[in-house]
Amino acid sequence: MEQENENRKIIDDAASSEYKYGFSTDIDTDIIPRGLSEEVVRLISAKKGEPQWLLDFRLEAYRHWRTLTMPRWAHLRIPEIDFQDISYYAAPRTKAAPGSLDEVDPQLLDTFNRLGIPLQEQKALAGMAVDAVMDSVSVKTTHREKLAELGIIFCSLSEAVRDYPDLVRRYLGRVVGYRDNFFAALNSAVFSDGSFVYIPKGVRCPMELSTYFRINAAGTGQFERTLIVADDDSYVSYLEGCTAPMRDENQLHAAIVEIIVEDRAEVKYSTVQNWYAGDDEGRGGVFNFVTKRGLCRGDYSKLSWTQVETGSAITWKYPSCILAGEGAVGEFYSVAVTNRRQQADTGTKMIHIGSNTRSTIVSKGISAGRSENSYRGLVKVAPAASGVRNYTQCDSLLLGSECGAHTFPYIDVANDTAVVEHEATTSKISDDQIFYCNQRGIPTEEAVALIVNGYAREVMNKLPMEFAVEAQKLLAITLEGSVG
Amino acid sequence: MSDLLNVKDLRAGIEGKEILRGINLTVRPGEVHAIMGPNGSGKSTLSGVLAGDPRFTVTGGTATLGGTDLLALSPEDRSHEGLFLSFQYPVEIPGVTMVNFMRAAVNAKRKYLGQEPLSAGDFLKMMRQKRAIVELDNKLASRSVNEGFSGGEKKRNEIFQMAVLEPRLSILDETDSGLDIDALRIVAGGVNKLRSESNATIVITHYQRLLDYIRPDFVHILYKGRIVHSGGPELALELEEKGYDWIKERIDNDEQA
Repeated sequence: MEQENENRKIIDDAASSEYKYGFSTDIDTDIIPRGLSEEVVRLISAKKGEPQWLLDFRLEAYRHWRTLTMPRWAHLRIPEIDFQDISYYAAPRTKAAPGSLDEVDPQLLDTFNRLGIPLQEQKALAGMAVDAVMDSVSVKTTHREKLAELGIIFCSLSEAVRDYPDLVRRYLGRVVGYRDNFFAALNSAVFSDGSFVYIPKGVRCPMELSTYFRINAAGTGQFERTLIVADDDSYVSYLEGCTAPMRDENQLHAAIVEIIVEDRAEVKYSTVQNWYAGDDEGRGGVFNFVTKRGLCRGDYSKLSWTQVETGSAITWKYPSCILAGEGAVGEFYSVAVTNRRQQADTGTKMIHIGSNTRSTIVSKGISAGRSENSYRGLVKVAPAASGVRNYTQCDSLLLGSECGAHTFPYIDVANDTAVVEHEATTSKISDDQIFYCNQRGIPTEEAVALIVNGYAREVMNKLPMEFAVEAQKLLAITLEGSVG
Repeated sequence: MSDLLNVKDLRAGIEGKEILRGINLTVRPGEVHAIMGPNGSGKSTLSGVLAGDPRFTVTGGTATLGGTDLLALSPEDRSHEGLFLSFQYPVEIPGVTMVNFMRAAVNAKRKYLGQEPLSAGDFLKMMRQKRAIVELDNKLASRSVNEGFSGGEKKRNEIFQMAVLEPRLSILDETDSGLDIDALRIVAGGVNKLRSESNATIVITHYQRLLDYIRPDFVHILYKGRIVHSGGPELALELEEKGYDWIKERIDNDEQA
């Protein structure tokens, strides 16, 4: 009986291992006063030396945002956010756009080294180029020269605005317009930096491209914007990682990711989201409101989203695919873990516009502690889209008895040749499974991690190798309980 | 020779109901003991209690393994001390591959014994050797624990795990249930190959059949939570011939007297 209670305890309060990215860097930061107004939008644009068209884009977005109210439809309890109590721009004070590593503040390098993101090219992870973004600006992009030889552009969005204005102007806001939603409007007004990727026709990007986001400064929000364009017959695999210091206050993160996939091109976008999640009582943590969407414009184009969501106090994100080209393919593989007081409302939208388009959705939710975890998904088939196929599998795993798992699938089919399948399961880790592991010598905590990783395996297998091992550890750490 | 397992007056139950009512059993290294008995006599409870299944509560008595107080240890430490239970109903763990599962098990034991974790290469080599004992093929490593296994494969998989963990004391709980004659032969063959002078086996079974393949040194009859009769291998044959009724009658009469 005692053992059983022990097991219960481990599973129930599965909690409170140290968040190892919780440190903050004491660095000289250029931070603008809190509050949001037209002047602030102009100030951000001026600080970045932007062209008039981009300032106009921001101002239109800002004026639209002012007419909107926070969306309340998600299964989330969101405390009142005072948008005037946030600083909308914070930048580590360094020389303008470091050309070489010698010009990067050593403290910044140290920060990213502690996060396991080496920025020195010779030490950089083999087969991966990294764009490191701290607070509002890109710190350093590695491997740039090597990629340039192939015509691949991988740089911060600010640099792209300066160096490739036509490309940026052609695509920015095309997939996620500022009118899309409240947070998209906010981001469009105040976005600070992010990554820009362009893969030319017929080029397979030879390495993983990766952006690493870090919120450092207190009282700031992070509003980055990523734009990826994959031209005809190209391929790229893109990774995104995020962490933030432990702070008592909530930090706002409202990002946009836009992806355009042309004929026969393929984009694989993987996220391991590990923003600070708040403490046991739900104090602090990042509010993560993200709009991610890809437009599979080309025929036989393919976009695959893989996400492992372990952090944030609140997660609100629905990486989606608009399947416009004939035979386009959309995929969404997700593991979302919530523990303690975390809340997640996440899923995807698959919009089938082209004929013979296919989509696959595999969502694995894991709830522990007193958290709430929701899957929300839409599969929509347009009237003219014939021969559409969708398969959705939506599983929930509950650890303990005080957490919640919810599923909100929407299916909207306007063409009767479509085949749309939906499967859903809800399960618990059984005492029998734990005892079986124990009998083989595996302690309960390790058994829980093993079982959870097994449950999530189908999704974890979709991650690039470099990320998969990290993500597995992260799952185990997120659910680690204090034994005894 | 010193005792490997020593059980004295062991009492245990579930949800306040006493099932084991004073078990006494001594097993020495190299021995095979068979525990037989009618349904509901407490056979599976005994194996569960020795392995530390949290569903059961021990209410009295002692049990030691190699002199160590078994009842004071967590289930995983009992495993590390060399106790292995072959489950009557092996549990499925979806998505967890056998190779990951067994590596976690082996390295947990090595950690307990203060040894370095086994390298991936050495571990895979060991898995190859051990699965041959129960004729499991090379797909085993990548299959999920017991998921989609046939009844026979599940039991062979139990003996495979026993081969990997090299226990001092193995308890086979109704390992013959649900096995056809070929699977029974493979499972029993595996158990026999793993027998040595330094380990011991307790075979819990309902039928004599398994004992044709795994020959016991001692046979015990469990009834109403007690070992009521012990003998040599011939006792199993006698039970096969006469059933349990004569034992039941004798005990029930004794209780009434």
